[in-house]
Amino acid sequence: MEIKVVRKVLDVNDTMAQQNRSRFADEKVFVLNVMSSPGSGKTTTLVKTISRLLPEIKCAVIVGDICSTIDADRLSVTGVQVVQVNTDEFGGDCHLAAHVIGNAANSIDLEAVDLLIVENVGNLVCPAEFDIGEDARVVVLSVTEGEDKPLKYPLMFRVCDAALLNKTDLLPYLEYDKNDAVKNILQIHPDMSVFEISAKTEEGFEPWIMWLKERVKKKLA
Amino acid sequence: MHEMGIAMQIVEIAAASIPKNVENIQVERVNIKVGKLSAVVPESLKFCFEIVVKDTPLSGARLVIEEVPVVARCNECSAEWTITGPVFTCIKCNSGSIQILSGRELDIVSIEIADP
Ligand SMILES: Nc1nc2c(ncn2[C@@H]2O[C@H](COP(=O)(O)OP(=O)(O)OP(=O)(O)O)[C@@H](O)[C@H]2O)c(=O)[nH]1
Ligand SMILES: [Mg+2]
Ligand SMILES: [Zn+2]
Ligand SMILES: [Zn+2]
Repeated sequence: MEIKVVRKVLDVNDTMAQQNRSRFADEKVFVLNVMSSPGSGKTTTLVKTISRLLPEIKCAVIVGDICSTIDADRLSVTGVQVVQVNTDEFGGDCHLAAHVIGNAANSIDLEAVDLLIVENVGNLVCPAEFDIGEDARVVVLSVTEGEDKPLKYPLMFRVCDAALLNKTDLLPYLEYDKNDAVKNILQIHPDMSVFEISAKTEEGFEPWIMWLKERVKKKLA
Repeated sequence: MHEMGIAMQIVEIAAASIPKNVENIQVERVNIKVGKLSAVVPESLKFCFEIVVKDTPLSGARLVIEEVPVVARCNECSAEWTITGPVFTCIKCNSGSIQILSGRELDIVSIEIADP
């Protein structure tokens, strides 16, 4: 005998994500989910980004680090509140789930925050699948990774609103075909905003900061 | 990746769907749909399911996965097609404004129990 079930496997996460979303709407907090492969430059980019947003836009960070406080310590240098979370012990070490973000947000004074940034776990696969209640998703990829990364991880590049092509200061030393990388991103997601940046030198940061500010302000208005 | 967690969710949902009023139910199959665009590898999911299902009311059940192709529709010219490679622009008019109609599923469809 067949018994119909018809349920989304992740509906527990989706429900939690919706709860987060309405809470962040009530509190007027813009939530940015930042994802990438390990080492693409999320932390470095965020430290520089936050420094440029302050004091106009008040920030806080949730960082999912598997087993160290290194990223949290680096982000704390900006002076903003940083909450380190261990990844979902139930789902594995590969993504941040909505309930983890909900719990972490409890220890943040949301009323004093305009922009809550989530540095997700370094992984291009599962974070794309898990809604956390964010307003925008950004993927960082660096020029030291293959130009074909977007083609290998299409879901990540489909679900993100912007891509930061990082470490452009290294281009003179590499045989990286930047145009090919951008072409591949746009082939997966033609509407994607692509920013070429160096988190080291902060070259190219201005358009990215404008993009982010515009969205945050729109939500706060 | 997170297939173990997904397998646990599947077992939990499926176990909750077993009719309460019948005794000694043997669940034979759990039917699920997995979109080709979802971040789940069917083989690993089956492997994890076999481990997770032991010592649960679903012990001995088989996970049957129907893979769902990625189907898109163009917002400009209404063309519908199956995306097989990493290109998400319209095959007819090349527009980038498309909707993904299917391919992101991660759904439990049904459970099948042995006839008494
Ligand atoms: N040359 C150069 N190096 C960079 C740049 N951005 C980051 N790095 C370096 O790349 C390494 C990884 O950077 P992180 O910012 O820690 O990367 P991440 O994505 O946060 O890494 P995980 O959190 O471990 O996944 C560090 O050694 C950084 O100094 C850049 O724009 N140029
Ligand atoms: Mg980091
Ligand atoms: Zn995962
Ligand atoms: Zn078309």
